[in-house]
Amino acid sequence: MSAPSAAIRLGLIGAPNSGKTTLFNALTGLRAKVANYPGVTVERREARVNFGERAAVVIDLPGTYSLEPLSPDEAVVLRVLDGEIAAAPDALVAVADACSLERSLPFVGQVLLRGRPTCLVLTMMDELTARGGTLDLPRLERALGIPVLGVVGHRGRGLDALVRLLGRPEEWSRPVLPPPGDPIERSRWADSIFASVAGTRPGIHKMTEAVDRVVLHPVAGSLLFVAVMVTFFQLIFAWATPAMDAIDAVIRATATWLHTTLPPGLVVDFLADGLVAGVGAVIAFVPQIALLFGLLYLLEDVGYLARAAFVVDRLMGRVGLEGRAFVALLSSYACAVPGIMATRTIPSPRDRLVTILVAPLMTCSARLPVYALLIGAFVPAVPVWGPFRLQGLVLLALYMTGGVSALIVAALLKRTLLPSAALPFYLELPSYRMPTAKLWISQVWKSAWSFLKRAGTIILTVSVVLWVLLHFPRTEPPPDASPAEAARLTLEHSFAGAAGHAIEPVIAPLGFDWKIGVGLLASLAAREVIVATLAQIYASSDADVSLRAAIRADVNPDTGRPVFDPPTVAALLVFFVFALQCLSTLAVMARETGGWRWPAFAFGYLLALAYAASWLTHHAVAAWTGIA
Amino acid sequence: MNATLPTSISLARLAPGQCAEVKAVDGSSPIGRRLLELGFRPGTRLRVIRRAPLGDPTTYELRGSRFCLRRAEAERVSVAPIAAGDPLALS
Repeated sequence: MSAPSAAIRLGLIGAPNSGKTTLFNALTGLRAKVANYPGVTVERREARVNFGERAAVVIDLPGTYSLEPLSPDEAVVLRVLDGEIAAAPDALVAVADACSLERSLPFVGQVLLRGRPTCLVLTMMDELTARGGTLDLPRLERALGIPVLGVVGHRGRGLDALVRLLGRPEEWSRPVLPPPGDPIERSRWADSIFASVAGTRPGIHKMTEAVDRVVLHPVAGSLLFVAVMVTFFQLIFAWATPAMDAIDAVIRATATWLHTTLPPGLVVDFLADGLVAGVGAVIAFVPQIALLFGLLYLLEDVGYLARAAFVVDRLMGRVGLEGRAFVALLSSYACAVPGIMATRTIPSPRDRLVTILVAPLMTCSARLPVYALLIGAFVPAVPVWGPFRLQGLVLLALYMTGGVSALIVAALLKRTLLPSAALPFYLELPSYRMPTAKLWISQVWKSAWSFLKRAGTIILTVSVVLWVLLHFPRTEPPPDASPAEAARLTLEHSFAGAAGHAIEPVIAPLGFDWKIGVGLLASLAAREVIVATLAQIYASSDADVSLRAAIRADVNPDTGRPVFDPPTVAALLVFFVFALQCLSTLAVMARETGGWRWPAFAFGYLLALAYAASWLTHHAVAAWTGIA
Repeated sequence: MNATLPTSISLARLAPGQCAEVKAVDGSSPIGRRLLELGFRPGTRLRVIRRAPLGDPTTYELRGSRFCLRRAEAERVSVAPIAAGDPLALS
């Protein structure tokens, strides 16, 4: 084993969409996220590898068009090069898309001015050939004075030669003269080099042009955008149901099996109702989460997300944001944590802050278990129009309420607390590409796995703590009480029950009882925890009934009416649209905004919004349905 | 001023399908410098591809890439229109 200091540090540097991340994956075997949208590489990634005998650390620098940073994201590259936030790379690998070499050469010049050993890797040589373009690589090598290699990253072509080259950076040729320091002089230098090495310029990517004619058509493109979004949510709901039902059945069977095989007592209660019911209720949502990430990655990798940003940019401009904020917000549909990290690609710090503050309003995947439980239990699956059913449409309405509120709040923040001039905007539309199945599967697997790990750590911990809070202190039930009654008594007098009762006066106007109160308190850690909590509360009452059936059947002992009546269900759904119940989001916000001031602000305003909207919903639905 | 046709107009005024040569870029602002770095340099030929469904931004093709710019950014670039549809216009 070699000492860490012996490993040579190689930095991959290039524009977004240059194929840098694909090359990184091909070189390191690590499955970092690859996307077609400019600026998705917001995190620095490194991997330790061996090139022949040589130990190396490959660093995937964030994609950048220039070394004159306009955004914090671009500044990261400079800070790494200067060795400010990590050991500086010993050598640089400039990466450029072979089809846009002409545009990239001035940037290569900026990289050469850093004075480190540098080589140039041209990616997507297959696309250059397909588009009829030719480049004289030996001549380019001589003109730049550095090694130049052409590769096809996702097919692994040219990698052997690259690995040999990367193993011995000391032997790389260096430019005889540095490129001009003045930007205008440097662009002339770049143009003259390009003119001497370019044979035929690549033609238009015909397929991309033909597809764009439809996808970006004023009418067809707008309809397609709406259709893609509607189908997206319909698929997540309809396709995942069979798998979810199967997992749910296995979990209930396991709990029943534990109850029948082990002697009754606290241990079996803990295993069946604490562990299995709590974690199982969350695992059941993995198919939906995997579908969500699968569709999102597919749209991103194919190149549609950048088009979507182009289509909605005007709309985002109206609220004072830009198309790139849309992508950060759309990422927040999966999870606000990567969404908030994706805001690093927004050049204006103020616009970035606004986007961070509204990102939690986007319907993240952790809300899906809550929505799925309540919609599945209380909204009938009646067909509304064609293949669309009421359940899917209610889900879509909840997603849209989140999205529209985010835009309204963003517009308000831009007009009041955080005004700034309109942002400079530019966006690259990459050629459409067919993502490789292997890469796509590994991305989806990674996302589903990280959700499961979360279920296995945070949620498992919270489940165990909650089980204790829900079962202690022990209450001696009266001797004539039925088992279900005894369990309910224990629960009601437990620590959690006491806390739920304590906040009941505050949440009663929303129609929530103490049990929902316990769920809300527990969900402050993470939204989906409310499902696990309700699973425990209702498992304590009757182990053999599914959670959906249990909450449907639950009756308020004082009034004799269902606990979950339409106004309460609607109010609870709306509460989850707005409230910021997620420790991870608050932590990332604190990291990205440099303190707890903005996370506290976001938590406060979202809680107030959730309470007000929930109260209004309860009263509106009560008036409409005639339920007091 | 006299009645001669303007030789250079704002990039934002070009219609989709038109080709033009970049004459000057306002390099005093950070975004102007970025436009230079993206390839909007004097002498560069470009083609207007299309506007977004809502009328803004607009996609331009130049130097092998497609970039979208909003009207405000496009106004920082002055261009001289050249014969549209000329297959050699971009070379």
